[in-house]
Amino acid sequence: MEYGKIVSISGPLIIAENLPDSKMYEVVRVGKEKLFGEIIEMHGKQVFIQCYEETLGLKPGEPVQLEGFPLSVQLGPGLISSIYDGIQRPLELIFDQFGSFIARGIDVPPLSSKKTWKFIPLKQKGDEVSAGDKMGYVQETPSLKHYIMVPPGIQGTIVEIKEVEATIQDTVVILRTKDEEKMEINMVQTWPVRRKRPVKHKIVPNKPFVTGQRVVDTFFPVAEGGTACVPGPFGSGKTVIQHQLAKWADADIIVYVGCGERGNEMTDVLMEFPHLKDPKTGRFLMERTVLIANTSNMPVAAREASVFSGITIAEYFRDMGYKVALMADSTSRWAEAMREISGRLEEMPGEEGYPAYLSSRIASFYERAGKVQTLADEPGSLSVIGAVSPPGGDLSEPVVQSTLRVVKVFWSLEATLAYARHFPAIHWLNSYSLYQKLADQNFEKEVDARWSKDREMAMSILQKEAELQEIVRLVGTDALSEKEKLVLLTAKSIKEDFLHQNAFDDVDTYTSPQKQFLMLHNIIYLHQLAEQYIEKGLNTHEVENFAIREKIGRVKYIPESEMERCNLADPIKESFEKWETQHKESSQ
Amino acid sequence: MIKEYKTLCDIAGPIIVADGIEECSFGELVEIILPDGSVRKGEVLEAKSNRALVQIYEGTEDLNMGNTRIRFTGKPVEIKLSPDIIGRIFSGFGEPIDQGGPIIAETTKSILGDPINPYARDYPSEFIQTGISAIDGLNTLVRGQKLPIFSGAGLPHNDLALQIARQAKVLGKQDRFAVVFGAIGVTFEESNQFIESLRDSGALERSVLFINLASDPVIERISVPRFVMTTAEYLAFELDIHVLVILTDITNYCEALREVAAARKEIPGRRGYPGYMYTNLASIYERCGRIKGKKGSITTMPILTMPDDDKTHPIPDLSGYITEGQIFVSRSLHAKSIYPPIDVLPSLSRLKDKGIGKDKTREDHANVMNQLFAAYARGREVQELAVILGESALTPTDKHYMKFADAFEKHYVNQGFFEDRSIQETMDIGWEMLSILPASELTRVKDEFIQQYYQSKGNEK
Repeated sequence: MEYGKIVSISGPLIIAENLPDSKMYEVVRVGKEKLFGEIIEMHGKQVFIQCYEETLGLKPGEPVQLEGFPLSVQLGPGLISSIYDGIQRPLELIFDQFGSFIARGIDVPPLSSKKTWKFIPLKQKGDEVSAGDKMGYVQETPSLKHYIMVPPGIQGTIVEIKEVEATIQDTVVILRTKDEEKMEINMVQTWPVRRKRPVKHKIVPNKPFVTGQRVVDTFFPVAEGGTACVPGPFGSGKTVIQHQLAKWADADIIVYVGCGERGNEMTDVLMEFPHLKDPKTGRFLMERTVLIANTSNMPVAAREASVFSGITIAEYFRDMGYKVALMADSTSRWAEAMREISGRLEEMPGEEGYPAYLSSRIASFYERAGKVQTLADEPGSLSVIGAVSPPGGDLSEPVVQSTLRVVKVFWSLEATLAYARHFPAIHWLNSYSLYQKLADQNFEKEVDARWSKDREMAMSILQKEAELQEIVRLVGTDALSEKEKLVLLTAKSIKEDFLHQNAFDDVDTYTSPQKQFLMLHNIIYLHQLAEQYIEKGLNTHEVENFAIREKIGRVKYIPESEMERCNLADPIKESFEKWETQHKESSQ
Repeated sequence: MIKEYKTLCDIAGPIIVADGIEECSFGELVEIILPDGSVRKGEVLEAKSNRALVQIYEGTEDLNMGNTRIRFTGKPVEIKLSPDIIGRIFSGFGEPIDQGGPIIAETTKSILGDPINPYARDYPSEFIQTGISAIDGLNTLVRGQKLPIFSGAGLPHNDLALQIARQAKVLGKQDRFAVVFGAIGVTFEESNQFIESLRDSGALERSVLFINLASDPVIERISVPRFVMTTAEYLAFELDIHVLVILTDITNYCEALREVAAARKEIPGRRGYPGYMYTNLASIYERCGRIKGKKGSITTMPILTMPDDDKTHPIPDLSGYITEGQIFVSRSLHAKSIYPPIDVLPSLSRLKDKGIGKDKTREDHANVMNQLFAAYARGREVQELAVILGESALTPTDKHYMKFADAFEKHYVNQGFFEDRSIQETMDIGWEMLSILPASELTRVKDEFIQQYYQSKGNEK
């Protein structure tokens, strides 16, 4: 083992000397306490190390030890339901062994090497296998098969495979490689976090990623394998949206990265998810979730790594052919971690002190998302949803701008909506989705042919309302025609009865596309009929007082199981007919 | 072995550099002995093989190159703790400044502390009744929350904080309770107001105070919140006490941070504040909370004055991203002589949903809260509209909203400095306000609650 020597310490940045064999991005152990670090720069004899743990008390002259491999994560059975810090240290085990606070120099393996799993083969002796092929599986949770794949770069013929109760370190398959060498394969893979995992090829996303959030699915949908960003000032509900997606999105695996955010938010996930059930499988949500928690007070360098650790774990599950979604909350904190390290390295700063490579790093992170054909020739997808926390809510700042250049969906959170407690505070006019067409095609086939017509109509009403509000602000509502007043009324209904969705209500928290369609269609249908009847002398304030409107507003609280009650087309029609008869009587 | 050096080679602002150092560690406490024998304290910011960059807490006045001695103590900045610290007053560097004599330490702790393992956290869910409607009803505080007060110069944020400290209680429980107060660069008068008010209400003997006045060394301000939080952690997690931390004024803390960053010639971030200010503030705020299996808790209320009432200024902005909500003190409400002048719309308590509802406050709480927010937001819009168009241009519904907004400010938000409202009273006033509106407007309240609580006044359609 080779030892170097510390020559300088400044916060998380350490300079060491006497390490001739060191490689870029190699993991090192710093000081007597063996703190985790990573080599990030080399100048002549000097090696610059970012340390993943608090460096208080370190002294120049203490040893630095090379580990010989880059920063990596361990991938294998046991990942699901775990909670890790930014460098994949298991927080639950650390709590059990070391107590409530994270001390330094703790070295606990991320996956239990004692726990045994039942390995069930999918291949037989004599089968030819290559990288990515599923050789067998482990039933990790009742709803999830954790496939054991041939590690990347390996090819051969199976010599031995059998059903066995094994730990992740035990050999489960023996291969004979081309060079006639015997190769023993166990259930754990190690993969460097900064390198993307190989796939056969990428394919263009072709299905919407259903989230159960009305404003998302109907107005600004994401695709399976797509990317989205949620920028917004503090208090606008970024985290609630991320949690909602993690809870209800139609994915097999969720990787939730709490990057430089609040500890209590992670606790919320940890406390809530084990009790919530997936509406599709009926299994607990925790059984499909991997958590990475590097809260704001945990070391900043590990925060920088947390996003990469998360996406590598997500890619691993994608390689099994699963639909995976990664939520990163928040990428701004990740960017700030880069800025902090860059500042300590005395690099020439780009915009607002961020390093010049900020946008290329962000782009390369989001580019790891996508729909792919895996090495085993199966479809798999990895969708990435990143929250951004722009200072002062200013969207012109570098992190937002660099993100917008690469993502396809933009959910703009507005403080004014949040103040009126309109949640999700996604603004309908400023947000956009480039997956709209794709989603329309799918929903028209699977839900209702009128899907996109209704949506377009709703959107144009909201647009029109914004213009009319300008007029109202200047001259009041009296200057508007009845039809224009109707637009205001319908827009209000769209906002309150459709877009507003209460994450804390048991029923309202998730809405299936089918119900979303019915809810919006009720509103649009009422609007269309009202438009016709206005010609016959109906006043907007009469429409306002229709009892059916209150019913439309309550549809959100009707459970999914009573879907037929959501369709109010007939009673809506009756309301108008009733008005017509009354109107005729009174005019006679 | 402790060594002394006379090898000072650079002095700039609060930073000195010493050469030829044999051994020093990052973050180590340093003592500087001036030629006249007086001693100052500092901390190593950068440790190199033979050089050390040291930040001096009490300033570098009178230091000279030749005769100043530097002593490396070999340990980080620490605080002495024992149960006897309750009721005592300390300086910004943790030295007792009352007449109580020195503290005999039961334990000493580094003021930096270790981060709480997120897995070890227990979710805050116990409702704290502050007796202030705008907080209890709409921005509910729970045990273990960090809820800052965003205020401006000349606003009564101190009164508000004091009222909370005086009235805060968890219903139906008689737990041990303590206040840890950190004054960061405030004036003598402000600090005195806190001390006197705590004394008057009898809370001083269960308080620990750390006082750094405006005239005290600037750099000391950086350590005040760390002494405060270390003390709070000790009281909460070792002595099982429920601790309320009040820190005032975080703006002064950030300014001190900027001063050090500038002296170190670091690349400045927004408005000259260092790029790591988020992380730095988080290392204070995040030390608050609850831990599984421990009886005590830390609830934090930092007070910060927003320069020019601008909430996009880096200090409130970064704080808002770390804390679990904020209480906004509004100048326009203050001008209308409404006390407490809390603007409820931009105020927020992120943890309220876990602390309210059946068995905690009342089953209709969440609905009423959402409806009050929505109605008040609408009412404010109508108020603005009325300014432009005149009241006669408003629709009948709009007029209801306008009446609601006025009444809401005067009767719901407004209350006395010594008025301690129970949550029942707060809820009842809320319904009284909502009853100004027609029942059909209450779309965010469930029907059953409307039937139970709505006070029909013949203004239904």
